[in-house]
Amino acid sequence: MFRARSPRSLPAAALVTGLALAVSACGGGSGETSAADSGATAAAAQLDPNADLTKQSVTVTVWEGYTPKELPEKVKEKLKFDLKVTLHDTNEIAMAKLTSGADSGIDVAFVSGQYAQALNEAGLLEPLHPELIPNLANLYPEAKELAYDKGNVFSVPYTWGTTGICYRTDLVKTPPASWNDILNPPADADKKVTMMTTERWLALPAIKALGYSVNTRSDEEMAKVKEKLLAAKPHLLGYDDTTFGDKLKSGEAVMVEAWDGWCPTTEKNIKFVVPKEGSDLWVDTMVILKSSKNKEAAHALINYILSPEIHGWAAENILYKVPNKAAMDQVDAKLKADNTPLQMTPAQLLQGESIIDLGEDSTKFSRLQTEVKAAK
Amino acid sequence: MTSSTVSGATAGSRSHRSRVIGRLAFLGPGLAYLIVFLLIPLGMVLSYTLFRRGRFGGVVYEATGENFTRLLDPLYLDVVIGSLKLAGLATLIALLVGYPTAYLIAQLPRKWKTIALVAIVLPFWTNFLVRIYAWIVLLSGPGLVNSALVKLGLVDKPLELLYNEGTIVTGLVYSYLPLMVLPLYAAIEKLDPQLREASANLGARPARTFMSVTLPLTLPGIVTGCLFVFVPSFGNFVIPELLGGGRSIMVGNLIRDQFLNARDWPFGATLSLALLAVLIVLLLLQAWSSRRA
Repeated sequence: MFRARSPRSLPAAALVTGLALAVSACGGGSGETSAADSGATAAAAQLDPNADLTKQSVTVTVWEGYTPKELPEKVKEKLKFDLKVTLHDTNEIAMAKLTSGADSGIDVAFVSGQYAQALNEAGLLEPLHPELIPNLANLYPEAKELAYDKGNVFSVPYTWGTTGICYRTDLVKTPPASWNDILNPPADADKKVTMMTTERWLALPAIKALGYSVNTRSDEEMAKVKEKLLAAKPHLLGYDDTTFGDKLKSGEAVMVEAWDGWCPTTEKNIKFVVPKEGSDLWVDTMVILKSSKNKEAAHALINYILSPEIHGWAAENILYKVPNKAAMDQVDAKLKADNTPLQMTPAQLLQGESIIDLGEDSTKFSRLQTEVKAAK
Repeated sequence: MTSSTVSGATAGSRSHRSRVIGRLAFLGPGLAYLIVFLLIPLGMVLSYTLFRRGRFGGVVYEATGENFTRLLDPLYLDVVIGSLKLAGLATLIALLVGYPTAYLIAQLPRKWKTIALVAIVLPFWTNFLVRIYAWIVLLSGPGLVNSALVKLGLVDKPLELLYNEGTIVTGLVYSYLPLMVLPLYAAIEKLDPQLREASANLGARPARTFMSVTLPLTLPGIVTGCLFVFVPSFGNFVIPELLGGGRSIMVGNLIRDQFLNARDWPFGATLSLALLAVLIVLLLLQAWSSRRA
C-alpha cells in the first residue's frame, strides 16, 4: 500500500504511522509477564549481620523529591556503600518496573501500602529482618497496626496521611465538615469544587458519605456510590489530582478533595479538614525485593532512613507526616503550627481506613471511574 | 541456445542482483528502524489484545476474546463515538478557518508569504503544555477574559468558559490549526492560476470556479490537512484533562487510564487497536483521494 502512494502523501503516511506508534506506545515497557497471584511468602533468606557492606551497592526506586538529594553521598559516607537512586512517577510505573522480569535490579522500592501488599502476595518481597533495623524502635506503635501489613512483616512505613477537604476560609460561608459539602455543595460553592480523578479517591467521598468501607467489593454498594457521584458531577468544576492546590489559590475553586500534604495550608486563607464521616489512611512504604543481592545493605539503608535526621527531612520538606516519633518530635514547631495537617496524631490517623489492594475486584473501581467521567 | 546468450543472461541477472543488494543497503537502516521500533512494539501491543489482564498490569498469557466484547460495551463505545464527534468538529472548524487562511497566504507576494508561514508555525516553538495552560489563564473564572468582561460591565458575574466540551474543541483547533494550513497552502500554491482564468473566460462565476476548479484540485490538500488535525485530536488526552477539567473523557484518556490507573494492558491495547483501525481507514481514504487527483 505504501508503494502505490504518490510521493506527496508520503509525509502524511509517516506522520500518521508515527502518531499511531505514539498512541500505542502509551503502553510503555516491553512484553511483561506478571507474577502469578500466589499468596505465599517464601522463607526469609539467611542474612549475615556482619556482612561487609562495602562490597554491596543498593539501587532504590522512589518518587522524585521523596528522599534528600544528597542521600547517596550521605550513605557513602556513613554506610560505605554506593546508593543509586532511580525514579518512578506513579505506583503503577513502579509496579511495571518490579514485575517485568526475573531481576529488576532494584533492591529497595518505595510504593504505597496496598501495592506492597500486592507485591508480597506475588512472592516478590523479602520478609524484613527486624534485628538488622534497630531504628524500627523510632516508629510510633500505631505504625505497626496497618491493615495491609500488620506488624511490618514485609514493609516499613515511610510517610502516611489521609484525604480530606482543602478549602478557602475567605470564600466559603460555612467551613465544610462533611463529604456531602463536596458532593452537594452550597449555592455559593456550586461549580467551584473539585474531586480527585484516580479511581479509589474519586470514589472516596461518596463511599464515606454513604458509610461504606473504602475497600468495598459489593456491587450493590458500588451502584449506590456511582449514583451519588453522578449526582455530584454537575456541581463540580472538574476532576483534578494535580493542580487542585493552584485552583484553590487562584480562587477558581473554593473547596477541593485533597491529600493532606498537598493542601497548601501555608497560605493563610487555606485550611484542611477531615470530614466527620471519616476518610482513608494512605501509607507510602519501603520494601526490599526478594531478588536483591544486597539485602544486608538494603536493611542498613532502611535503618538509616529511619534515623530522625533523614526521616525528619521528609516531614519538613515534603510536609507529609512520617510514622517516626523521634523524627516528628524534632520537626520545627513553627512549621508544625503553619501546616495544620502535620499536627494530626497517629491515633487520629488510624481512625482512617487503610486502603488495601482488591485484586480482581479493583476492576470495579476502574469501571466506576470511566462511568462517572464519561457521563454527560 | 548458444553459450553467448547464456553468459549474457547471467551477466544481466548479476547486475540485477547487485542492484537489489545496493537497494537493500540503502533501505537497511530505515527498515531495521521500522522493524525494531514500529513493527515489533506494535505487534506486541496488538498481541496483548488476545490475553488476560495481569494483577499488576502486564499480561497473563491465557487466550480470551473478552477484550473485544468489552469494546462493544456501550460505556466504551460511547467514549469512542464522543471522541469521533469532538475530533470531527475540531477538524471541520480547522478546515473552515484554515482554508481561507491558506488561500490568502498563497496569494501574498513572495516576501509576505514567508513571513505569514513563519507566523503560522511560530506557536510550535513554544511548549505545548504552556500554550494549553495559557488558555486556562485566559478563560478561568478569575481569568483575563472574565475579569475584562466584568470590568466593562458586559456581564454581572464571570461566565463559565472553561471545563466543558466547547473548550476542548477550542483547544484542539488552536493546537492543530497549523497542521491544517500548511498542507492546504501547499495544495493551493501549486494550483495553476491559468486554470482559474480559463474557467472565468469560459463564463464561470467565481463561486462556480471555486467549486468546480479550485476545490477539486486542492482536495488532496484538504484530506491531508483534515487527517493531520483529526489524528492527533482523536487520540488526545492532555487537552480533555486540562481544558475539559477531566469532566469528559476521550478515547486517549481511556487508553491512558487503562495502562496507568486500571493496570489493564490488554484492554488498553484493544482500545489502541480500535483507534488504529479508524486511522487506517482514514489513511486509505487519503491515499485514494490523492491518487484520484
